[in-house]
Amino acid sequence: MKANLISKLVMAVLAMAMTFTPASFAGRNITVTGSDTIVIMGQKWAETYMMEHPEVAIQVTGGGSGVGIAALINGTTDAANASRKIKDKEIEKAKQAGYYPEEHKVALDSLAVVVNSGNPVKELTLKQLMGIFTGRISNWSEVGGESAPIIRYSRESSSGTYQFFKEFVMKNQDYAADCQTLAGTSAIANAISKDPNGIAYGGAAYFLSQPSVKILSVKKDDKSTAVSPITADGRVDYEAAWSGAYPIWRYLYMYTPFKPKGELKAYLDWIKGPEGQKIVEEIGYVPLKGSR
Amino acid sequence: MMAQDIGWLKPPLVDSSSTPSIYRMTRRGNLSQLLTLKTFRAGEWIVEKLLAAAGMISILFIALIFVFLFKEALQFFKTVSPMDLIGKWVYDEYDEKWVFKTMWQAISSVPKYSLLPLLCGSFLVAFPSTVISAVFGIGCGIYLSEVASDKTREVLKPTLELFAGIPSVVIGFFMLMVAATPLQDIFHTKFRMNAFVGALGVTIVAFPIIVTLVEDSLRAVPKALREASYALGATRWQTIWRTTLPAAISGVSAACILGFGRALGETMIVLMVTGNAALVTGNVFSTVRSLTANIAAEMGYVEHQSEHYYALFLVGAVLFVITFVLNIFAEIILNRMRRKLRM
Repeated sequence: MKANLISKLVMAVLAMAMTFTPASFAGRNITVTGSDTIVIMGQKWAETYMMEHPEVAIQVTGGGSGVGIAALINGTTDAANASRKIKDKEIEKAKQAGYYPEEHKVALDSLAVVVNSGNPVKELTLKQLMGIFTGRISNWSEVGGESAPIIRYSRESSSGTYQFFKEFVMKNQDYAADCQTLAGTSAIANAISKDPNGIAYGGAAYFLSQPSVKILSVKKDDKSTAVSPITADGRVDYEAAWSGAYPIWRYLYMYTPFKPKGELKAYLDWIKGPEGQKIVEEIGYVPLKGSR
Repeated sequence: MMAQDIGWLKPPLVDSSSTPSIYRMTRRGNLSQLLTLKTFRAGEWIVEKLLAAAGMISILFIALIFVFLFKEALQFFKTVSPMDLIGKWVYDEYDEKWVFKTMWQAISSVPKYSLLPLLCGSFLVAFPSTVISAVFGIGCGIYLSEVASDKTREVLKPTLELFAGIPSVVIGFFMLMVAATPLQDIFHTKFRMNAFVGALGVTIVAFPIIVTLVEDSLRAVPKALREASYALGATRWQTIWRTTLPAAISGVSAACILGFGRALGETMIVLMVTGNAALVTGNVFSTVRSLTANIAAEMGYVEHQSEHYYALFLVGAVLFVITFVLNIFAEIILNRMRRKLRM
């Protein structure tokens, strides 16, 4: 009886040890850290890959693109997720530390601009979007809508999406002071569905199934035609992002400290291959061109 | 005699084989009895000191938090001038002119750390909520202490305590999903998420605190005062209004101050329902960003030991000082009342 209990205990401890230190048993261990935008997709990749290759252990953590790249420079991660390009300053720092960051595009992300479905406005130019979010345009009548104040919603400043939108659409100008910041795209979708005068942005796939939320078409400038990030039958339009016809999209990256080889290379190739890209679609981002 | 003194320690049925050694020892010579007593006293001494230490530890913790918070917060001034806490002159390339911006925008090409919008936000939420909960809380406190029958009180008090037990995230979720839209329709506000919605949510948290403290301070008023008032021919209402309430007024004000402190410190409700746009405004129906919500929203990603990191500590220090001063104030008022009522 007692011996039985002890053997059970020993087994439990062993089982715990195995779950906590998979590396020591598996031998091959990959750590990935960085962008919160990519973290869910990264974990899904890791799970699926580990199921197919049980000898490899992959750990994926978030923290933000900056955190990931900092870890790359410090040599504490095998790969960094980033929802933005690495900065020149960061490449310099990495080189000083003896690393030569290699860039890998792993997916695309279309950002949709959304309003309440009751809003008559159907399209906006990039310049109008800049005017709206910097606070120079404050009434819907200035952009072809009814006379009503524009209520701006944005993500928290921690978000890579916040920074991408600020850099790409707003040309690095500050958000208007009355721009409300909400945590997460679901809070934004909820706010827009309840606010007839609201405007916000976020990953296109997220808004597809949301009630009372309308995805706007965007024009590059006054002369070009308006393009929607979604197709007529309500899916994310991959073609529009690939061709650049829809202007607000970005690459999602992974960075490695050197040219990848061995297990890491196999993993990255798998991500860029059909299986990895299928997960990209499942999560709601745009797969790389030519992967399907 | 000694054995008698500690006789109560003995269990009712003494079986020498199974009794613990301490009891057996008392049956031996005087010396060992004395030793047992000594150990007992020593035990008492240890317990006493432990209790004292438990009390002291809270003071120690407060002191350590104080030191740590301010140590980190003061680092902020290494890189930023104190003037930036009010506002900053920024060149607007689009309009080609210099503008004085009182904004909190830590992530920007020119980081701006004005505390004005955050202070505005905190007070626009805390002040209305304190006023509302004070009006209803004092009324409810008077009712509970002076008017209600024992039976009513037995139902009402636990209900109020239940109120205090609602997690603030639940209140926030309710205000956001259920209350915000009807409130916007009633008051025709520009923003659906605004300081007033937050204030109503915080009221649910501050109200039970004020009620409890008001009731306590009214009950602390000596019965003799009320009886004297009745003896002079005053009605119950006159007694409450002219005798009991004035006698307890310091306690009532302390209750309001503590309620205000609680409202200032509330984070989750404010973060969820006020929209978090850092505006300098006096409009209670505007979207605001409070000191607490600002820390909660930004601490998750802030770069360790950066300027922004120290700025958040500074916000925390400011919040701490405000609530600390409020609490001390309330404590002084309460002490004064206790002394006065002892007469």
